[in-house]
Amino acid sequence: MNTPAESWPDRLFEILKRGDIRQVGYVPDAGHSRLIDRCRTDAEIRDVVLTTEEEGIALAAGAWLGGERAALLMQSSGLGNCINMLSLARTCRFPMLMFITMRGEWEEFNPWQVPMGSIVDPVLKLCEAEVYRVDAPDDVAGAAERAVQLAFGDERIVAVILSQRLIGKKVWTK
Amino acid sequence: MRLERRAAMATLLADRGNDLLVVPGLGSTAWDAAAAGDNDRNFYLWGAMGGAAMVGLGLALAQPKRRVATITGDGEMLMGLGSLATIGIQQPRNLAVIVFDNGVYGETGMQPSHTQSGVDLIGVAGACGIGICLDVRNENALLDLARRLKNLRETLFARVLIATDEPPRVLPLRDGTALKSRFRAAIGIKP
Repeated sequence: MNTPAESWPDRLFEILKRGDIRQVGYVPDAGHSRLIDRCRTDAEIRDVVLTTEEEGIALAAGAWLGGERAALLMQSSGLGNCINMLSLARTCRFPMLMFITMRGEWEEFNPWQVPMGSIVDPVLKLCEAEVYRVDAPDDVAGAAERAVQLAFGDERIVAVILSQRLIGKKVWTK
Repeated sequence: MRLERRAAMATLLADRGNDLLVVPGLGSTAWDAAAAGDNDRNFYLWGAMGGAAMVGLGLALAQPKRRVATITGDGEMLMGLGSLATIGIQQPRNLAVIVFDNGVYGETGMQPSHTQSGVDLIGVAGACGIGICLDVRNENALLDLARRLKNLRETLFARVLIATDEPPRVLPLRDGTALKSRFRAAIGIKP
């Protein structure tokens, strides 16, 4: 059973800890807010708030050059900001572990989120990323664990897509 | 007076020691670093424009006991201006971001860059909270920067005003995986 104290972001956080992730780059995002809070309060994780997601690709490359593992948290729109910078990961085979919260799909209120949200999967495929899509809370930990192993074990770009159905729709009027 | 870029790079990297890790940015600064003497502890960027300072940040955070210098051009820095805000928050004591500023996009035909029209990179870095921001316009200031780089104690930003000459290219290794692997091996990271 899910309790508020142990929700899927908490399980995801445990996987990051077990995977020895030391740097977490992110652009603030509602879907990742719980995970961001956990990372910000963890003494062993350096949380790096970015002005744009592509900074995170370069950050993670630098971390790996220095022997540390990084993870990137972003929203689907942020993936679009990363495309050219992902050449760094592809050319040099840097591990790139990305957790992408989806907008623009299930019950999206804001149509401006749809154009980028609708091309996340093909963009990732074109960038030679391995993609694990998660729709149910119970599947988050397993996908994250596999993603950590593949990203760092094989120096690959791996994206875990956290669907809008999993995250829940954004409340626009209260 | 503007400094000559190859001589400036040679001065900064002279007697660099084993604990200086260098990230030369895409373009002429990569050729300058190669001309100063190839080194396994250089990670030359042949692409990823706008990413040099952030590669330096990730590396500096991962290697707090070593010094890290990102040395890049004004055009490359302008594309990643937001990274100065990100670095301003993190402030690793072992990171220097050094910009060779000639006011032009040298690799693409010498078109004027924003700095030529007054965009002030030192002002941006200072406004982002980076404590030491240096304007290097002559030999003495360059020697001062080289000394500070040897004894880096807080995040440093420097703009080095260089001439617009275009010395013959000296091309470093181009294979990204090889650059990455030799860099990691040089600092003792197991594959």
